[in-house]
Amino acid sequence: MQWVYGWMLLLPAMALLALFTHYPAVANLWHSFRSTPKGDLPTKFVGLDNYQQLVEDPIFWQALSNNLWYALGTIPASIALALVMAVWVNDRIPGRGILRLAFFTPTVLPMIAVANIWVFFYTPQYGLLEQLTGALGMPSHNWLGSQSTALAALMVVTIWKEAGFFMIFYLAALQSMSPHLAEAAAIEGASRWYFFRRVTWPLLMPTTLFVLVNAVINAFRLVDHVVVMTRGGPDNATELLLFYIYEIGFRFWDSAYAAALTMVLLVILGLVALAQFYFLERKVHYQ
Amino acid sequence: MSAVLNVYEPHGVGRVLETIGAWVLGILWVLPLLYAFWTAFHSAEFSTRLSLTAPLTLANFITAWHAAPFARYFLNTLMMVSMVLAAQLVLTTLAAYAFARFEFPGRNILFALVLVQLMIMPDVLIVENYRTMTALGLKDTITGIGLPYMASAFGIFLLRQTFKSVPRELDEAARVEGCTPLQVLWKVYVPLARPTYIAYALVSVSYHWNNFLWPLIITNSVEARPVTVGLQVFSSSDQGIDWSIITAATLLTTAPLLLAFLLFQRQFVQSFMRAGIR
Repeated sequence: MQWVYGWMLLLPAMALLALFTHYPAVANLWHSFRSTPKGDLPTKFVGLDNYQQLVEDPIFWQALSNNLWYALGTIPASIALALVMAVWVNDRIPGRGILRLAFFTPTVLPMIAVANIWVFFYTPQYGLLEQLTGALGMPSHNWLGSQSTALAALMVVTIWKEAGFFMIFYLAALQSMSPHLAEAAAIEGASRWYFFRRVTWPLLMPTTLFVLVNAVINAFRLVDHVVVMTRGGPDNATELLLFYIYEIGFRFWDSAYAAALTMVLLVILGLVALAQFYFLERKVHYQ
Repeated sequence: MSAVLNVYEPHGVGRVLETIGAWVLGILWVLPLLYAFWTAFHSAEFSTRLSLTAPLTLANFITAWHAAPFARYFLNTLMMVSMVLAAQLVLTTLAAYAFARFEFPGRNILFALVLVQLMIMPDVLIVENYRTMTALGLKDTITGIGLPYMASAFGIFLLRQTFKSVPRELDEAARVEGCTPLQVLWKVYVPLARPTYIAYALVSVSYHWNNFLWPLIITNSVEARPVTVGLQVFSSSDQGIDWSIITAATLLTTAPLLLAFLLFQRQFVQSFMRAGIR
């Protein structure tokens, strides 16, 4: 009786999960081995052709490497900034309420709105950044329009948007830490830096892991700003994996190749999940 | 917060340095936003010229509001967000209750299957979900935007944790009174999980209000587009709209959420914290 009841309660949620998470993941694998139907040519089994195309596609490799650089550039920076922000606004400095607000506000804004604001910020000649660098006597530079700076410019936007979000979790963890730890350490004569390194930081490990997993997922999941700011350009310099999938799937309508590209993304996310379980096994928790 | 001052809080010069550092970072952080406000509330000629005597104007907002069907976009977003939230609340409550308080074969496997969605979100399965929506005839509908998100692994996980912390005695007492399992859920579990519901609702509403890529793909008419997609369509059209108007439209579309956040910032921050600590 209990069984039936349990299953009945689960049924609606499981049905939707199956339809929009499990089925598409499996169907995606299936479609990655087939061709895209063209005109009156129906779809047919093509084996590894789509993957062959993928291996030979320089834009795919560029998107993948861009995405890895993007992750490397945004994740450590936003986590470090989040930690600094949290430590600062946890201390009783003047105006910490306003500062918390200032750091957190970008988090509630839609990425698309944020991107619009930053496009203007970066605009050559007119944008605020240009005016600031101009005032300092630096030459004019098209931040989003040049291959060497476009990806970095996007990274700055991501860091700006995410750091305040991660700060919240660090702040919560810092506030839940017992003040007796600090008192005991102070009696032992530990310096502030020593206390942070040997007590605070290890105790923040579960928070860091949580934030890290979120940051990695976001680095591969969120491409709204690419759509608004660069559309992958100039010359594929800001092509990220999910944006490339979007372009292939919905601008070139090559759903089979898009399915093969999606498999790469799914494998990456799967690896993140495995890594997370591995670290959880290793007990990052101190509770 | 304890009344005892943290012994490691800096004093003297250290405190001054920390305060300066925090304020410099804080100012850097709000600068892009302040700049956006400046541009939106001044006429175009002042968007690149910062002058204290520049007259304030609402003209940009009025022009933007009339240049695109933003009222309709707002309505769409509102309908989509409430539909998703309502469905999420019902579905996640039932599923979380099953996982927290029922014994049945396959429970652990099913729970693992739920957790899969934490990693593989509908956001990345766009190609297949588009195919499914086409087959279901839900392309370019508000239901089509919301459906993939209605069974939320995150919500199930969060509520399951909360339900598990409810004392068994309360549950049993209600059963002795003759309540059916659904009545127990409604009378015992749901009221006790109120803070979790509020936290989850705020996170969900801001997530779906801000969602962009999937709605962009699945909609192509004014009748279905949420405000984020509407903003993108508006600001990427080639009619040579000037920046002050685009910025005004940007602020306009985020205003409800931003206002709600400023009014209820404590609840927002605490909700995000609660949602993060599992």
